Amino acid sequence: MTKILKRPDSLKPARHLYCAGCGHGIIHRLVAEVIDELNVREITIGIAPVGCAVFAYDYFNFDVTEAAHGRPPAVATGIKRVLPDRIVFTYQGDGDLAAIGTAEIVHAATRGENITVIFVNNTTYGMTGGQMAPTTVIGQKTATTPFGRRPEYEGYPIKICELLSSTEGVCYLERVSVNNPKNVIRAKKSIKKSFQNQIDKRGFSLVEVLSMCPVNWGKTPIESCKWVEEVVTKTFPLGVFKDKTV
Amino acid sequence: MKKILMQGNVALCEGAIAAGLDAYFGYPITPQNEVAVHMSRRMRELNRVFIQAESEIAAINMVFGVSITGKRAMTSSSSPGISLKQEGISYLCGCELPGVIANIQRGGPGLGNISGSQGDYFQAVKGGGHGDYRMITLAPASVQEVYDFAYLSFDLTEKYHNPVLILMDGYTGQMMEPVQRTDRPPIPAKKYKKDWVLDGCKGREPRKIRSLLMNEGELEELNWKLKKKYDKITDTEIRVETINTNSVKKLDVILIAFGVASRVCKGAMNIAREKGKKVGLIRPLTLWPFPYKTIEKLAKKTKKILVVEMNLGQMVEDVKIAVGDKCKVEFLGRPGGSIVNQDEIFSKIK
Repeated sequence: MTKILKRPDSLKPARHLYCAGCGHGIIHRLVAEVIDELNVREITIGIAPVGCAVFAYDYFNFDVTEAAHGRPPAVATGIKRVLPDRIVFTYQGDGDLAAIGTAEIVHAATRGENITVIFVNNTTYGMTGGQMAPTTVIGQKTATTPFGRRPEYEGYPIKICELLSSTEGVCYLERVSVNNPKNVIRAKKSIKKSFQNQIDKRGFSLVEVLSMCPVNWGKTPIESCKWVEEVVTKTFPLGVFKDKTV
Repeated sequence: MKKILMQGNVALCEGAIAAGLDAYFGYPITPQNEVAVHMSRRMRELNRVFIQAESEIAAINMVFGVSITGKRAMTSSSSPGISLKQEGISYLCGCELPGVIANIQRGGPGLGNISGSQGDYFQAVKGGGHGDYRMITLAPASVQEVYDFAYLSFDLTEKYHNPVLILMDGYTGQMMEPVQRTDRPPIPAKKYKKDWVLDGCKGREPRKIRSLLMNEGELEELNWKLKKKYDKITDTEIRVETINTNSVKKLDVILIAFGVASRVCKGAMNIAREKGKKVGLIRPLTLWPFPYKTIEKLAKKTKKILVVEMNLGQMVEDVKIAVGDKCKVEFLGRPGGSIVNQDEIFSKIK
C-alpha cells in the first residue's frame, strides 16, 4: 500500500489548539505543503502574529519568531534586508494586519519588500473573544457590535487587497478562501505563487485568505463555510487584484 | 590616527559603524536628524542596510527583525519617538535580543521643545515599557564618549543579549568636538555564542523566538532568569567617573551629574576650588546599572551632595537611595530644555 497523503515536513507532529471548524489548520497546512514543494524549509523564517496564530511557532517545522501586534511586516523587513537569500513570510490576522498594523503593511508594500504575507481574514478578533475586526462586515454581530455593525457608528469594513492594489511596490495580490475544497485548491495555488514570487525576487506578495471562525460567529463549522460563501464574499470578492508577473 | 572634528550625532553613527553595525533604521525627529542623514549615505557606501522607516514603532521592530538573525542593528530618536519604541524595547528584553537604541533627549512632556534635556532618565532606567525588565543605559558627556559608547554598546548588547540605550541629549547630539576614532577592528561576529539566531534551520532543529509564555510557571521562570542576568550586569558593568574625591579626607560638597550637566558641574567645581572650597564630582557613565556603592562610600566623606540635572529631579531619587542618612542631599534642576549654568551651581555650593 502506498501512502499518498502525509504530514508535510514543514509541519511538526504537534496537536494544534485551534477550535473545531477554524480555518487556520487548513491554511497552516497549505503554507507547509507549499514550502515543502518549493524545497525552502531550511531557509525559511516565519513571523507569527499576535492572535490565535501566535502559536504557529509550535506547529511549523522551521524557524519562526513572534512579533508585537501589527508589526510583522517591519520585523520581516529587518530580516529580509540582512538575509536577502532567505524566504521570509508573515502570517497575520485581520486585527493584526488591518487595524493596529495598517501602517506597517502599507509601507512594507510601498517599499516593495520582497516578502510574502499570508493575511487571514475571518472578520473578527478570535483570540480575545470575537470583537469587531476592521474587516467585520456590515450587519455582523460581534462581542463589541451586539446590534450588528452599523456604518453610521462603526464605519465600513476595510478591503486590504483593493487598498494595496494601487501601490506600485506590490507584485501580487489575491483574495482566496478555504471554505470548500475547490477554494482550498485555488488558495494553495495562490500561496505557492506568492512564495515563488519571493524566490524569483519579484517583490511584495500578499494572499488574503477568507477563513472561518465558527466559535465566535456562533455558527457550526458547516454553517460557517456557507456564511463565507453567502455573506463574506459579497463584501470581499475573491480574485486576483494585482499581478505584475503576467 | 589624527583626531577629526565631528558632531555628536555623527559620532554616534561612526562609533556604531566601527563596531560592525549591519543595519540602521530611523525616523525624522529633531534634534537627531543628522543621524539618519549621515547613515543614509554612509551605510550605502559600506553596502549595509539603511531604511527610513514609516514610524519609530516600525524602526524598532525592524531592529527586532535584524536582531533575531544575529546581525547588528541600531535605531535612534528623540524623546517623543523613544516613547513610541517602548513596546519594542520590552519585546527585545522579553525575547533576550540585542539591539542598540540612542535617545537624543529633548524637552518634554508631550511634544515639548527641541532643546537638549535630561527628562527621560526615569523612562530609561526604570522601565519605560511594560513588564519586569532592565536596559543597560550609557550616558555620554562628550562627542568622544558618544563615539566610544556607541562602539561599546554593541559589545554589551551582544554579551548580555539585552538592549542597550545610549542616553544622549540635544547638546551632545548637536555639538562638535574632536574625536579620536578607534583603530580596533569591528567586534568579531562570533565573539559571543549565537546559538539562538533564526537564519533558517539547515542542519539543525528549527528554533523559535518568543516572549509569550503561557504555561504555568514558564514566564516566572524567564523573569528569574532575567533577574540573574541583571544581577550579573550590576556586578560587572557599572562605570563611574570620580573627580577630586580622593585628595582630601573630608569634602564640603560632592556634585553628582550625568551627561552634559556634568560638564557644567566641572566648571562650577573649578571655580569653587579656586576659592578654597573642597568640591568633588561623581559622574555615572552607566545610569543602569547605577553606581549606588560608589555614592554610598563617598557620602560618608562629604558634608553634602548636590545633584544637578536638566529635569525636575529624577536621578536624585537614586542618589538618595544610595546616600540614606549619611549626608544631606540637595537638588538643582532646570527642566523644559533649559541648561543649568555654572554660576547657579556655584551659588548652591557656597
